Amino acid sequence: MLTFIVRRLLWAVLVMFVISAFVFVLFFKTPGVDPARAIAGRNPSPQILAEIRHQFGLDRPFPVQYGLMMKDLFITRDLVSYSNQGQKVVPEIFAAAPATLSLVFGAAVIWVVMSIVLGIAAALLRGTIVDPLLMILALIGISMPVFWAGEVANLITQSRFHDTFLFSWVPPLGYTSFTQSPVGWFKGLLIPWITLSILYIGLYARVLRANIIETESEDYVRTARAKGLTERRVLLRHTLRGSMITYVSLFGLDFAALVAAGALLTEVVFAIHGVGFLFFQSLGNLDLPTIMAIVVYGAFFIVLANVIVDIAYAWLDPRVRPT
Amino acid sequence: MADPLLEVRNLKVSFRTEDGTVQAVDGVSLTLAEGETLGIVGESGSGKSVTMMSVMRLITDPNARIEGQVFYKGRDLMALTQDQIRGVRGAGIAMIFQDPMTSLNPVYRVGWQIAEQIQAHDHVSRQAARARTIDLLQSVGIPHATERVDDYPHQFSGGMRQRVMIAMALSCNPDIVIADEPTTALDVTIQAQILGLIRKLRDDFGTAVVLITHDMGVVAEMADRVAVMYAGRIVEQGSRRDVFYQPQHPYTWGLLGSIARLDRPKPRRLATIPGLPPSLLSLPPGCAFAPRCGYRFPACEQTPPLTDKLGNGHLDACHLDPQAKKDARASAAAPPELIEDST
Repeated sequence: MLTFIVRRLLWAVLVMFVISAFVFVLFFKTPGVDPARAIAGRNPSPQILAEIRHQFGLDRPFPVQYGLMMKDLFITRDLVSYSNQGQKVVPEIFAAAPATLSLVFGAAVIWVVMSIVLGIAAALLRGTIVDPLLMILALIGISMPVFWAGEVANLITQSRFHDTFLFSWVPPLGYTSFTQSPVGWFKGLLIPWITLSILYIGLYARVLRANIIETESEDYVRTARAKGLTERRVLLRHTLRGSMITYVSLFGLDFAALVAAGALLTEVVFAIHGVGFLFFQSLGNLDLPTIMAIVVYGAFFIVLANVIVDIAYAWLDPRVRPT
Repeated sequence: MADPLLEVRNLKVSFRTEDGTVQAVDGVSLTLAEGETLGIVGESGSGKSVTMMSVMRLITDPNARIEGQVFYKGRDLMALTQDQIRGVRGAGIAMIFQDPMTSLNPVYRVGWQIAEQIQAHDHVSRQAARARTIDLLQSVGIPHATERVDDYPHQFSGGMRQRVMIAMALSCNPDIVIADEPTTALDVTIQAQILGLIRKLRDDFGTAVVLITHDMGVVAEMADRVAVMYAGRIVEQGSRRDVFYQPQHPYTWGLLGSIARLDRPKPRRLATIPGLPPSLLSLPPGCAFAPRCGYRFPACEQTPPLTDKLGNGHLDACHLDPQAKKDARASAAAPPELIEDST
């Protein structure tokens, strides 16, 4: 167990190093990108550009620049934004994280519950009209881009039908923190949760249905039935358990990707000032310190999710447990 | 004679497929007496497994169509509700499957899986179920059963897993154990051990056994009575002695002729039955074996009924009259057309 943890930690450090170095190189070596110009604003004089370069350390050798940025990010944690003068990046991310976590957690609850219900329903009703109908519905859900679905949802709930009894409870766009008002938090996030979860409900329901049908034909499910167990127990204890392995690993990675700024489009559409929103802005401004900090933060979550998935995997399937 | 423990009457199983209807089992009738061992022999696809799976109502394919009756202790299993058949499975009739590698759920401890069955049928505490599980594992010859009970299936070898399956099948003292090719997936040395174990437990527990196999050697060792299946029908049925020493159907001759014998002169080449089993999609009318049979004659275009021509309970489905069969068998040590050497 200890070697497992140590190996995982080393792996996390390596991943974060590779990703940050990659982003750094990408940023500086992309043709036409000059951070000094981005900082200086419109039509700067060469003197000002040189001054800015010196001030931000952009005239130093390449690896030194990288080292300095990593030092500011991890050790002194006072990395300053390029575009937003004086704004410290690390606290900014920590301030944005609760909004993102609220959005992703809520959506995940909805999509897990709904996809399990729909996946089981479709698998059990195979051979009836319900199964293909559900699967077509799922496909439509997968095919709807989240920014479009979000805008349509806004159109309906904020404008066209806002004054009817259906959606009069929907607050204006934006995020209310849970500590400020739990009810406001819930109301403000409900439409974004549903919007974000549509894609995943469709995807996960389809995956689960396919896995259940595959597991149904396993010999051990036949054994379970031959033992005289109830159909319900065969389904829950044997079929579903065997089907959840793919589901769980998929969930871990998708969830982490969303926490790591992957819900960017949803956040922008619903004006939720989370990490994705921040990332969106910093990409627009070529604000390298913020981009870098978010990338590292995201990499951390992805690695963490991988560890959790591995542990869950070992819990689900004893064959992969280290002996 | 008392009612048989299990009686299958005119069982027909067909599957709708894209290419048409497959008649997997075509009018099979069987009986099994208490404590008796019935061997069902036949090659792959002859319907032997499907027959017994139908008896347990384990065929879940929505495209399957099952007709006929199966009486177990006077009740027609085909007419039972889901809940009633559930009470029969495992408790009255238990099953051992072919591949012990895949028949146990890989994510649960073996003891848990056996106890699960015990608790599904008997209202006993978890401790009691566990104690019984350990006893069962000991009785099927698993060493250190008290520790092994908490191991996972992948920590057992194939033979040990089959022992676990046998322990599971016996856990609720069933009247009948259906063993579907229980040794096919195992090494030869392990096969003998497992067969010995099944025989010992059958004698100890007084369980009736239906042994499905394609191995005549296994049948010779285990069965009281033998049913030979071909293309979804029973072509010969009788006591082990009769079937082995006076086989009546040319297909059985072929099966017996294809066994390597150590007590006879070594043949240049082991006998085979020419041709392939027919496709069950478009079974021609008449005897299904006729296209491969060296003794076919015009009557074979009519489906032969399974009848007792000798009057001793030894049934066969062949139009040849007993004397003609005797002559055919006598004219050569083995039927010449069947072992024609093509070299």
